[in-house]
Amino acid sequence: MSIVTVQLGQCGNQIGHEVFSALCSDIRGTHGLCSKKENESYHDSCKERFFCEEESGVPVARAVLVDMEPKVISQTLSMAARSGHWKYSSHSHFCQKQGSGNNWANGYSVHGPRHKEAIMDLVQKEAEKCDRLGGFFTMMSMAGGTGSGLGAFVTQCLRDAFPTSFILNHVIWPYGTGEVIVQNYNSVLTLSHLYQSSDALLVHENDVIHKICAQLMNIKQISFRDVNQVIAHQLGSVFQPTHTAGGGSGYSRNPLGDLMETLVPHPEFKLLGLRNIPQMAENSLAYSTFSWPGLIKHLRQMLIANATMEEGIDWQVRPPHQGSSIPSTNKPLHFNTSIANLVILRGKDVHGVDLGSFQDPSLYTSWLNPQDAFSAWKTPRAFNKYEKSASLVSNSQFLLKPLDSIVGKAWNMFASKAYLHQYTKFGIQEEDFLDCFTTLEQVISSYTNL
Amino acid sequence: MTQSVVVQVGQCGNQVGCRFWDLALREHAAVNKKGIYDEALSSFFRNIDTRSDGNGPDIYRGKICSLKARALLIDMEEGVVNEILQGPLRDVFDSKQLTLHVLRAVGHKIYGCQYQENIVEKLRKTAEHCDCLQCFFIIHSMGGGTGSGLGTFVLNLLEEEFPEVYRFVTSVYPSGEDDVITSPYNSVLAMKELNEHADCVLPIENESLFEIVNKINQMINSGKLGSTVKQNSLVTSSAGSAKTQQEKPFDAMNNIVANLLLNLTSSARFEGSLNMDLNEISMNLVPFPRLHYLVSSLTPLYTLADVNVPSRRLDQMFSDAFSRDHQLIQADPKHSLYLACALLVRGNVQVSDLRRNIERLKPSLHFVSWNQEGWKTGLCSVPPVGHSHSLLALANNTCVKPTFIELKDRFMKLYKKKAHLHHYLQIDGMEQSCFSEAISSLSDLIEEYNELDATKGGPRIDPSRLKIAV
Repeated sequence: MSIVTVQLGQCGNQIGHEVFSALCSDIRGTHGLCSKKENESYHDSCKERFFCEEESGVPVARAVLVDMEPKVISQTLSMAARSGHWKYSSHSHFCQKQGSGNNWANGYSVHGPRHKEAIMDLVQKEAEKCDRLGGFFTMMSMAGGTGSGLGAFVTQCLRDAFPTSFILNHVIWPYGTGEVIVQNYNSVLTLSHLYQSSDALLVHENDVIHKICAQLMNIKQISFRDVNQVIAHQLGSVFQPTHTAGGGSGYSRNPLGDLMETLVPHPEFKLLGLRNIPQMAENSLAYSTFSWPGLIKHLRQMLIANATMEEGIDWQVRPPHQGSSIPSTNKPLHFNTSIANLVILRGKDVHGVDLGSFQDPSLYTSWLNPQDAFSAWKTPRAFNKYEKSASLVSNSQFLLKPLDSIVGKAWNMFASKAYLHQYTKFGIQEEDFLDCFTTLEQVISSYTNL
Repeated sequence: MTQSVVVQVGQCGNQVGCRFWDLALREHAAVNKKGIYDEALSSFFRNIDTRSDGNGPDIYRGKICSLKARALLIDMEEGVVNEILQGPLRDVFDSKQLTLHVLRAVGHKIYGCQYQENIVEKLRKTAEHCDCLQCFFIIHSMGGGTGSGLGTFVLNLLEEEFPEVYRFVTSVYPSGEDDVITSPYNSVLAMKELNEHADCVLPIENESLFEIVNKINQMINSGKLGSTVKQNSLVTSSAGSAKTQQEKPFDAMNNIVANLLLNLTSSARFEGSLNMDLNEISMNLVPFPRLHYLVSSLTPLYTLADVNVPSRRLDQMFSDAFSRDHQLIQADPKHSLYLACALLVRGNVQVSDLRRNIERLKPSLHFVSWNQEGWKTGLCSVPPVGHSHSLLALANNTCVKPTFIELKDRFMKLYKKKAHLHHYLQIDGMEQSCFSEAISSLSDLIEEYNELDATKGGPRIDPSRLKIAV
């Protein structure tokens, strides 16, 4: 099954490019560490998911590029073409001239309706190229104007036009110390709207990835390109082909569906966090070896203690005692309760790995059986030169604090009425803001009371 | 890609404008090696076929044929504009885009009205040549008659005729020892128009420009760094541009303002990892419609010729942007209240450098309670000529208040005695109420800044969040 990617705004397009690059370079790599048959199967499955063939033989990404100003798309298209190994279709992009000015209302209420037909036309064409459509993967940031506002509108249109397809939104959360002054308003408006139309939101936070670049990858002068490459690696580690548990032989044919099924049992809980270990600079890879028990132990503690990377984990945090039913107010502080988790293992000797520690009922809320709350996907085929790689996609309290912080800051600004005139002039009124705040306070409350 | 049109009004406006076009050409020449008319160039220049005498359609692609500035030059007397038309830049201006009238009077009421049609027609023509017009840049001084009066009249016209297009105004405010006695009247009358019709105002004070020029001269002449400074990197220099004659006294100062405008528009013209367009500047820096006065600073003022730039020097650039002596008005943002701040970095600077410096400088700055992380950042890959990197800081900060208070005081000194008032009142359409309304508008503005300073922008306690029934 194929996934159609929609890249929105500067961020969405910049990251989208890195993702396709990473996927392509992974399948071309010779570090598969598995049988030739396995490698070929992986290669074909990835190709089917993300690329389609053209007569020239160069794989063409199944993607639609959207932006309200031309510079980024033009750069993205040419960078891809220059690689020689893959490219974007020359007919799959839509851009305008003026940009959205970091204004969510401009993106949503003006650009959205104005360009709906043109954009959905491109999406339809891309969807028709797929033998079987596995769903949509949209990429955007929520701080700016296009990715956030137009992105929310497009997601709604996707939902209306493809009511039975899966929609996964990849959302970038901006640096806490500010990239865009109205980022908190834009974030609140985006998240509340996405919650209505999307199936799940897979989140990456700039602050977190930045720390990974600084402390694990040892990059001195971190650029957005570095940040985007780490994000692309993490996304690749989730979306490259795997064997699902009950899937029999052959690679999973419905990655988005499987993801939603395992991780989103209830529509009130759609926020997914992502962790991937190990992560290090490429030149250190050759000198490092890891054992699966070690990796699993670290990953589990990262889940429990809500650590964002494998250094600085708080090992003191423990789940509450098994067996007793603990009201949420009595749970140990800092303990991260999960609704559902998915662990993805890639590389050498995956089949013998013991994941029992992730099925401990004390990690989860009481409303799912631990067997249903936890899933594992595996493949012996190594990913992106890492001999062993483990990822965790988690529907848990990972994002509770950051979300609460964003809503708090937005509310603070809203109370002073600052910048509201910029939104009202494009049709987003105070009542609309209040509705969005209410939606998100509800989400915060739900996650808090797990 | 969008286009911008520069409307330069009056002697000051035209002199600054002239430096702007000169330096813009220099900047594009440095980047555009192949002589192809690209989108970046099209933001400020048209490409026309000289053979059809400028009447043919514009050439949108391909080689540069003849570049024409998207500019409107307006003045009440010939001197300045004529000089421009005879100078090295004469081919850059389309002679049909000039409006000259050889009389002298109050620019706003008389000339405004009489020549309205003429001006509107020329504006329309300029706009028609633009595929997607995003912004008008008005350059003028506040103290004189033309720049101030006619300049703000044009501002009004722009809002009426082109309501969707942004209006960024670069205004040179008069100093205490201005040689125009009635400059306080002119300025306050103009302020009312700026309050009501401008999207963003970048106030400039000559004293600040003068101090910067002196600082640079001192540094060069002290002999310490003289030989190793790259001449064309000086923020005051015209080196490498079309101007070959002896530099006039105001040229160095005007170059600073020209560089301000170039840096402001750099991210809209050139690519970068985090673009900052003009509409984003207005969106992020104007929390309330009338509080749209932005204090600007440019760093570095010069670059030394050595190539390696240790990050210490990079960090120094950030520190300097907040120091008193780099601001383009007499103000100290560090000791006043920030409503919002934008940092537009050009050149080889990455997001980690930006974040590191924001973290470092934040504790020493006071931000309003509802905007504690009020930073808007932009990264443009193309540095200015002569530099490997540069920074433009725009602050919406209550430190503009003293400038306005002084203006009000000088106005009141004259107004109380009704000094020179009759010159204005004898003009058709000017009444005493114009004066009282203007001073009232300015007082209100000052009051808004006062209130922000007093309350630091918000209730002492955080407003309580919405409660959800569990």
